[in-house]
Amino acid sequence: MKIISLAEVRNKIKDLVQKANFELQEDVLKVIKEMEEKEESPAGKAVFQQILENAQIARDEKLGLCQDTGLAVFFIELGEDVELKKDDGLGSLREAITEGTRAGYEEGFLRKSVVEDPIRRKNTGDNTPAYIHWELVPGDIFRLTFIAKGGGAENMSAVRMFAPAAGMEGVEDFVVETVDKGGSNPCPPIIVGVGVGGNFEYSTLLAKKSLLRRPLGTHNPDPFYADMEKRLLERINNLGIGPQGMGGRCTALAVHVESFPCHIASMPAAVNIECHSHRVLSFEL
Amino acid sequence: MADHRIETPVTDEVIEKLRAGDRIYITGYLYTGRDSAHKKLIDLVKEDKELPIDVKGQFIYYVGPTPARPGKPIGSAGPTTSYRMDSYAPTLHALGLKGTIGKGSRSEEVKEALKKHKAVYLAAVGGAGALISKSIVGAEVIAYPELGPEAIRKVQVEDFPCIVINDMYGGDLYEEGKKQYQK
Repeated sequence: MKIISLAEVRNKIKDLVQKANFELQEDVLKVIKEMEEKEESPAGKAVFQQILENAQIARDEKLGLCQDTGLAVFFIELGEDVELKKDDGLGSLREAITEGTRAGYEEGFLRKSVVEDPIRRKNTGDNTPAYIHWELVPGDIFRLTFIAKGGGAENMSAVRMFAPAAGMEGVEDFVVETVDKGGSNPCPPIIVGVGVGGNFEYSTLLAKKSLLRRPLGTHNPDPFYADMEKRLLERINNLGIGPQGMGGRCTALAVHVESFPCHIASMPAAVNIECHSHRVLSFEL
Repeated sequence: MADHRIETPVTDEVIEKLRAGDRIYITGYLYTGRDSAHKKLIDLVKEDKELPIDVKGQFIYYVGPTPARPGKPIGSAGPTTSYRMDSYAPTLHALGLKGTIGKGSRSEEVKEALKKHKAVYLAAVGGAGALISKSIVGAEVIAYPELGPEAIRKVQVEDFPCIVINDMYGGDLYEEGKKQYQK
């Protein structure tokens, strides 16, 4: 039985949400630099240079890479053999995550981007609640992954329930169509997360989970889906949308596809769009 | 594609010179506003009440910045996606607003309003909020402080960099750029 302190979880989250928002990670920078070299459009090249300059300033001055410092989204893998120690007045893991988020967004001068009701729209003032996905796993691991998810790119995401007859082509056309429709809105160059299979809600979760894959741009271990990722990236980058939508060769930095078994009658597909300011960090205890 | 240095407020003569694809460096004041502030402004127009800002000759920058660190005028301050303000923009252009600054494409109604009222739509680089904050030298909240990041601010800018997306002649950089590079 491993014992994990809730105070430690809270403290680590407080630092993690800030670091993620200030420091673009090496794998993301690497793909951005590779794409900058390939970009043919002068306006597109200039955008890449501004993205790199922005990353340097954000890191040096501890400023948000983007003013949209995102909803705080967490994926938790909690081992069944882990015991949570309720210390420092924290009564639950949810409370530890909430408190860490609140403290991190306050201390880091990060934007509070949550409204307490979707229709009545009053800001909660502390960027909570956090959006938490739980997974109970065997053993004694505790793994937490954070993604700061901005609203502009999230808004360009889509889900569709296909008949199985639509096949691979149906799914691929849907992904390309979703990116094309988003155009300049989600801050291209984007990252495209695709979830195929599962059911209605599972497909969207798969799409978001695919965005967490590191390093950015690595392929699905299944060669079938790795090929799909390569084809989709090429088709998307032939759309011409380009960096910031001003025309160019690079519309997407990467396409990640994840799949899951599904019903004999269904073929759900979800596309989660992510901006170039890809802020994902993890820790394990 | 030309470079222009302009100062706010602007006249129609300045707008007439701008073409889609041109680079613009703005010095002077901009008003900030996004979803909630626009809703409030348009409600006032509907009720025939006075607005808290005079939009004549001015630009509205669609931004909700991060809080400023001590000693700094503003935090990270890049553009938000503009289409969410599409239903509000034509009303403000009719009142004399000369331009909006954001990212992402606009509706046909907005493009028509630009032609009709001699105005432009400009883009700043989305996701470059830390870099963009360097051209903002002052900021004060002048309306709706209760909206937090969505409050209306008057920001002082120096050589604030933008690109003309939609000019008053129907030019559209997003459409032209895409056409040029699509395969």
